[in-house]
Amino acid sequence: MALYEAVIGLEVHAQLRTRSKLFCSCSTAFGAAPNTNVCEVCSGMPGVLPVPNARAVEYAARMGMAVNCTVNPVSVFARKNYFYPDLPKGYQISQFETPICEHGHLDITVNGQTRRIGITRIHMEDDAGKNIHSAGDNASYVDLNRSGVPLIEIVSEPDMRSAEEAVAYLKALHAIVVYLGVCDGNMEEGSFRCDANVSIRPKGQQEFGTRAELKNLNSFRNVQRAIEYEIARQQDVLEDGDAVVQETRLYDAVKNVTVSMRGKEEAHDYRYFPDPDLMPVRIAAEDLARWRADLPELPQARRARLMEQHGLSEQDAEVLTADRALADFFEAATAVCGQPKKVSNMMQGALLRELNQRAVTVDAIAMRPEALGELVRIVEAGLISAKIANDIFGELLESGAMPEAFVKERGLVQISDTSAIETAVDEAIAENPAEVEAYKGGKTKLISFFMGQIMRKTKGKANPALVTELLQKKLG
Amino acid sequence: MTTISTEQVAAIARLARLAPDEAQLETFARQFGDILGYMEMLNGLDTTGVEPLYSPVQHATALRPDEAAPRCTREDVLRNAPEADQEFFIVPRIV
Ligand SMILES: [Zn+2]
Repeated sequence: MALYEAVIGLEVHAQLRTRSKLFCSCSTAFGAAPNTNVCEVCSGMPGVLPVPNARAVEYAARMGMAVNCTVNPVSVFARKNYFYPDLPKGYQISQFETPICEHGHLDITVNGQTRRIGITRIHMEDDAGKNIHSAGDNASYVDLNRSGVPLIEIVSEPDMRSAEEAVAYLKALHAIVVYLGVCDGNMEEGSFRCDANVSIRPKGQQEFGTRAELKNLNSFRNVQRAIEYEIARQQDVLEDGDAVVQETRLYDAVKNVTVSMRGKEEAHDYRYFPDPDLMPVRIAAEDLARWRADLPELPQARRARLMEQHGLSEQDAEVLTADRALADFFEAATAVCGQPKKVSNMMQGALLRELNQRAVTVDAIAMRPEALGELVRIVEAGLISAKIANDIFGELLESGAMPEAFVKERGLVQISDTSAIETAVDEAIAENPAEVEAYKGGKTKLISFFMGQIMRKTKGKANPALVTELLQKKLG
Repeated sequence: MTTISTEQVAAIARLARLAPDEAQLETFARQFGDILGYMEMLNGLDTTGVEPLYSPVQHATALRPDEAAPRCTREDVLRNAPEADQEFFIVPRIV
């Protein structure tokens, strides 16, 4: 059996986080009633004049800088011509020969190996509307709210060699757009979406095989599974002695298969030409310099710094930097207690658990990072046990209360008074003679049984270190 | 002299959703060829080192600030549609 190598390139569409559309002042708000954010320009009426959105240009340029692209001081909008009911103009306004950004790259690390993925270009374009298909009547319904919303398309070189690399690249891009604030990154609502070009070739062969373009990859997991499926499918085709056909295939997440989209193909011939309604976009050198100067610290750099400065593991640093707000939270909490590893553990345990349960992000909760820092500090100081900290975490998150005042008010402060604990220890020993016998006979694991008994008597407030010490002395 | 075949005209017509008959294909092929032939005169000029000119208008791009403002009511937007209900444009079923 021949050994194949996969060749993968990604085309990522990110919706720019602007208030208004790319060429008109209609709102980009998601979820508005159908066709309520539509005007003459974005519904393709004749005789209208598109005027580009300054912030969209700025965001596209900032993204280019973040992925090491050259930002072209002059770029040109072009018409991409095709017919579809969700495209009222009969063409999409995109960029073809002269996109706003070119020649970038992004480094990714998979299984400890760092690889550089080339970014061919980033161009601006307007989005199409949305079609809704009715099962009953023989019609489709068109909503143009999304028509004209600004997108950037980020086109990679075919530099990825596995589904894991493709996902790592996509996650890195995702983290960057969110850090920059140029895109909200919401994959479910389609603000960040991905098509993948996948081909395979015998290992060692230079020329590329015939590629399939995969669509409908709306989560990281689906990207991984769709590419894995497609690589296996193409291997089967080749091993059966057949040829891979160049085509667009739709990923079906329920069945975990890719299916050929026949019909829509008909030799793509978009007949691009410069849009005569639009002048070339010129960006002033001062603007470029200003945007470059205030690029934020990007996820990769921040991850490296958190590892270096706070001694976090790579995995911890990756989780904490995946979201800029989470990383900010971590640093602010650590500043309060000076215990980065404890903060990291509490965030990845209790905090992420509570956030997931509520399906909210860290910037939407009442708890301030200073509170989490204080919580770590009072656990470390022995004021409360880790268990109590975990138990009250949800309440602290909801209320935004400061932990030290909260535990004092609730009477949750740990009992570190030896005589009080001693009473509980004595009771536990007196009530469980059989276990005492077994312990003395060598079943030392029973110490946790006694610990449980004592915690129950003290409502979880006994200092565990003191309990262990007393138990060992008395059972000894 | 540039020649355009009737097959090329048919392909372009298909992309534009037009269905010319045989006689029209012949006419368009001849006319396309004439236009391209006329334009070919430009290829006689040496344009080495000349920046491509996309438009005779030279001023900088006019950009607008990113401010959202409603312009049209839904009723206005749907008014000219061949078919619509109170909310959507309606088209023949696509898939
Ligand atoms: Zn509009």
